[in-house]
Amino acid sequence: MAAFEQGADGVIVAGCLEGGCHFQEGNLRAKQRVATARQVLEEAGIEADRLEMFNLSSAEGNTFAQIVETMTRRLKDLGPSPLRRSDPVEAIRDSRAS
Amino acid sequence: MIVAHRKHIQEMKSQLAEHERILVLGCGTCVTVCLAGGEREVGMIGSALRIAFRKDGEEHEVCELTIERQCENRFIEDALKHIQETDAVLSLACGAGVQTVAERFPTKPVYAGVDTKFIGVLQEQGVWAEKCIACGKCIVDSYGAVCPLTRCSKGQLSGPCGGARNGKCEVSPDIDCGWQLIYDRLKALGELDRLAQPAPLTDWSKSHAGGCRTLVRTDQRIATDRK
Repeated sequence: MAAFEQGADGVIVAGCLEGGCHFQEGNLRAKQRVATARQVLEEAGIEADRLEMFNLSSAEGNTFAQIVETMTRRLKDLGPSPLRRSDPVEAIRDSRAS
Repeated sequence: MIVAHRKHIQEMKSQLAEHERILVLGCGTCVTVCLAGGEREVGMIGSALRIAFRKDGEEHEVCELTIERQCENRFIEDALKHIQETDAVLSLACGAGVQTVAERFPTKPVYAGVDTKFIGVLQEQGVWAEKCIACGKCIVDSYGAVCPLTRCSKGQLSGPCGGARNGKCEVSPDIDCGWQLIYDRLKALGELDRLAQPAPLTDWSKSHAGGCRTLVRTDQRIATDRK
């Protein structure tokens, strides 16, 4: 939620595979919290699809890359967050120039 | 516990639209347990309100605080400074908590961020069920510890209405027939003969029907009242 407040276009929550959590039920609880956060975001006027939880192990580099590509495509379709105050790339350029 | 459910973010936003500095005030007791108005929900709702306001180009300062209990003045004192510094309070407590905060701060607008539903229990993960209507005179001991006033949709004390099917109430197939529960429980206890006793009339004057209730315990009053 804090990331969206700061103007993030989207957020990926990456959890371990279900049943493989070091904290036993941690990723299942996170799944419920993400579901709640999606609903609250939608009510606040931010598309729920900007937030998604994925489950993968730390050894699945290719899967992670696919997830990031999937989210990137989705966010390009949705467009920038309505809370974004400036283009982050431009902001970085400006900070380097000054 | 008292079970509550948060209101829609847009409903809260419209309530608070005219106030610049807002305190989202959580309660650490019942509404924390039923996941409606505890510290975690305060964070979520506070964040959602900031997002909703900013999306519409409105600048409001939304602060967050959770205290142990809002239904007790002693604990409201912990929020004194925060409340004094804000224009309005969005209370995530039950109706009792909201009113206690409002009574403590007569000139401060206090809004309810949750709908108070009932006295109930966590039946299973994500499901809360009503168990008590706070009638003021508990009679469950005569019914195998199943309250007919609460669990029977018609509040019948003298037996089932005849409308139940397969143990479910005719009001809704999602509701267990209270009298089926009573029968099954008394049968398991070997106390079915209790049902042969005529049910006494209910004294509804002890319920909310008798007006807003106050409980006075002289043994708990401090010395100033014992003169």
